[in-house]
Amino acid sequence: MTAVLLARGLAKSFGAVVAAADLDLELRANEIHAVIGPNGAGKTTLLGLLAGELRPDAGRIVLAGRDITPLPVHARAALGLGRTFQVSSVLPSFTVLENVAIAVQARAGSSFRFLRAAETDESLNGPARSSLDKVGLGALADRPASTLAHGERRLLELAMALVQRPRVLLLDEPLAGVAPAEAEQLLALLESLRSEMGILLVEHDMDAVFRLADRVTVLVHGRVIASGAPAEVRRDPAVRSAYLGEDDEGAFDDRTDQLRVTGRASFRR
Amino acid sequence: MDPLLLLVQLLNGVQLGLLLFLVAAGLTLVFGILDVINLAHGVLYMVGAYAAAVVLVRSGHFALAVLAGPLVALGAGLALDRLVLRFVYDRDHLDQVLATFGVLIFVNELVRVLFGPAALPFPLPAGFEWSVRLPGGATYPAWRLAIIAAGAILAFLLFWVLTRTRAGMLVRAAATDPAMLEMLGVDVRRLFLLVLGAGAALAGFAGAMAGPIVAVQPGMGDQILILAFVVIVTGGTGSVQGALLGSLLVGLADTLGRSFLTDMLRLALPPAAANEVGPALASMLIYLVMAGVLLARPRGLMPVRRAAR
Amino acid sequence: MTARPRQRSRPAARAEAILASAVFTAIAALLVIADFLDQPFYLKLLTRALVLALAALALDLAVGIAGLVSLGHAAFLGVGAYVIGISAEHGMTNGWVQWPLAVAAAASAALVVGGLSLRTRGVQFIMITLAFGQMFFYLANSLSRYGGDDGLTIWTRSQFGTWLSLSDRRTLAWLSLSILLAAYLFLRKLRWSRFGRVLRAAKENERRMAALGFAVGRFRLVAFVISGALTGLAGVLLANLTEFVAPAYLSWHRSGELLAMVVLGGLGTLHGAVLGAFVFVLLEEVLARLTTHWALLFGPFLVLVVLAGRGGLVGLVQRIDAPR
Ligand SMILES: Nc1ncnc2c1ncn2[C@@H]1O[C@H](COP(=O)(O)OP(=O)(O)O)[C@@H](O)[C@H]1O
Ligand SMILES: [Mg+2]
Repeated sequence: MTAVLLARGLAKSFGAVVAAADLDLELRANEIHAVIGPNGAGKTTLLGLLAGELRPDAGRIVLAGRDITPLPVHARAALGLGRTFQVSSVLPSFTVLENVAIAVQARAGSSFRFLRAAETDESLNGPARSSLDKVGLGALADRPASTLAHGERRLLELAMALVQRPRVLLLDEPLAGVAPAEAEQLLALLESLRSEMGILLVEHDMDAVFRLADRVTVLVHGRVIASGAPAEVRRDPAVRSAYLGEDDEGAFDDRTDQLRVTGRASFRR
Repeated sequence: MDPLLLLVQLLNGVQLGLLLFLVAAGLTLVFGILDVINLAHGVLYMVGAYAAAVVLVRSGHFALAVLAGPLVALGAGLALDRLVLRFVYDRDHLDQVLATFGVLIFVNELVRVLFGPAALPFPLPAGFEWSVRLPGGATYPAWRLAIIAAGAILAFLLFWVLTRTRAGMLVRAAATDPAMLEMLGVDVRRLFLLVLGAGAALAGFAGAMAGPIVAVQPGMGDQILILAFVVIVTGGTGSVQGALLGSLLVGLADTLGRSFLTDMLRLALPPAAANEVGPALASMLIYLVMAGVLLARPRGLMPVRRAAR
Repeated sequence: MTARPRQRSRPAARAEAILASAVFTAIAALLVIADFLDQPFYLKLLTRALVLALAALALDLAVGIAGLVSLGHAAFLGVGAYVIGISAEHGMTNGWVQWPLAVAAAASAALVVGGLSLRTRGVQFIMITLAFGQMFFYLANSLSRYGGDDGLTIWTRSQFGTWLSLSDRRTLAWLSLSILLAAYLFLRKLRWSRFGRVLRAAKENERRMAALGFAVGRFRLVAFVISGALTGLAGVLLANLTEFVAPAYLSWHRSGELLAMVVLGGLGTLHGAVLGAFVFVLLEEVLARLTTHWALLFGPFLVLVVLAGRGGLVGLVQRIDAPR
């Protein structure tokens, strides 16, 4: 299988904090590749580097055979790099439908059209509606996005990304703060997307990771300490000793600050 | 080019630059800490100049006049905060622009009503009417040298305060990461007031010092405000080092451009054309310098590294 | 901050259309009355308001819709006016040439200023537009051949052949109103178009728009250029109205006043900018009659408008119309 997204030797420091050090990563088409690691490991930084929001200090990023390292965020997005944010990022004062329609507009050619009303443009609204149906938000299409619940907002972000038919989807903790029922729905959706794109999934929920992921990469202090099939990674001595060792459930499940702190502390040993 | 004239104009450029620095330093820190834009900062410079002029004429004591400048400007700065600024800290930049613009046109007009539209007399102090003989034989007005000296001392003091005192370090920290300071329990609002007050006093002092060499008249602060903006954009918003560098750059470019650009153009153009283009280009020079800096380094020459949210 | 939906609900769209029609009808009525009473002074005053309304409307595109707080728009007004003045000085008074030239010059100036300023954000953007505006001011001042700081008298207004004579005050007034109305209708369409939607969305969440693949800066630059071009057109009308151009047209106080008009009327509403410009000009006239020091009253008024007025006059009307 070919790599649709490739990172080689990525490095990024914030002052003295090394958030990425000589990172190599490979995402294949049609796989779900999970990136895990304790808080502060550099997962969000990695996504930022891949998406183009952060400039790497060193390294190269290749998307579908093309070196995209010098490209800005919007150019990478136009080449098929979709993403959701750790803190959901939507257009709060626009309706749910318009949020997605704008995403359609981004891919549907020209936005330099100055006269015809966009709001009633079925060539934009049609695809937007079906994307909303896909994530189960069809009924909320006319609500302002600001009125959505947290989990719904995550789904909306996903609908916006999906409607663009990206080659690569970068997801930053899509399950964080999502109620169990919605989480289940989201997992099923991700599962169904595997055949259409490569997904890089940053997630703290270990159950989800080991259920969905084809491969898992473990990040600690900006370095890859293990990478491979879920079962291998689980068995990896370095991961076990540094990570899974003391508490198989708790260490990863750090949805609360409290647990995050203990999770990080366990690495200092 | 006459080397003596060049020396004199270099000094003039430094003198203008240091005056600008006194105005720009407070302004840039105010942006840095609360991301507030204050168009009324130039008004404080004018208030300082007027206060000094009035005290000078009434008392005849020059030292008293120079002291009055920063003190009255400080009071005006704090009043500005009380009456207007504190209501717009949390608003967007547009609201800050309009509110402080309202203050600016009000104070300019008030000064016109109180003191008339003409420039106030601001004679040089008795001890400073002489000129200094420079190496090579040129002479240079002692008062301008005094401005350079005072500006340099204050710039030095400011850097000392910013780097060596606790308050100074907090101010610098605030420019990089205000949210962090809030979390550490620092009263950013009070810190801001401190900076605003210090900035007002510096601007007022600059006004008082500039009094004898500029026209003390309504609206005199507008000009300096815009120059200070150019300085800040060129140097990097929020950075005091940047403000110093930008000030000197702007001061020198403006002064040297006005004195030598036309002559230099004469080397390449017919005299008539040079006479026409020269002054126009000279008056635009600092803006072109700013444009060049923006092209090369959009965040200015010495940007403050802000922590991302 | 509670975000209201930007999408127009049907009643909101209707209320907007009614208010906008009311504004334009009132302006037309004022023109008719001034004309009927044979009051050239008031006709000229109203035309001045129309011209500044066009500039404020153009500025609202930049500030209210695209979120670009420009404090240098008077420069574009001045560029438009100076092209008329300078070309007339050289005997070139054909309006069919002059006007496109003036608008193109203003658009080019906006392209350069916008291209540089858009490399920055927020406070820097404001300072830079102000600084470049001031650069144009000094440029005008140093045009010694065209009057320098004294300005330049325009001896012949733009000529459009026999069927349209701008020397007739009424023609100029109605032409200004027609242009203002056309510009308003164009910008209203633009606001709800694909292009306008990108601008509005980017104002709200630039990061998201970039992640969706929008080159936000490019859209903003185009908006800034359209805004500058329309402001230049206002300058063209102003030069023909006053038969005079001077550096004072480019004063940064004028830029501030244009911003004040936009906010006074209601930011981002378009018809609010028109209303704001009229209220501003008429208020200025009334205050100036009370005292030569009208700025003493206007300055505090502006502060109060900012502190009190959420949504400007249009917002006020809406709140009266639909009390919660
Ligand atoms: N913009 C930034 N400025 C300074 N430090 C940062 C910035 N972004 C991330 N960091 C630091 O880099 C490290 C990695 O952060 P992050 O990528 O968010 O980790 P994760 O997503 O794995 O929790 C952390 O120590 C964090 O504090
Ligand atoms: Mg993270």
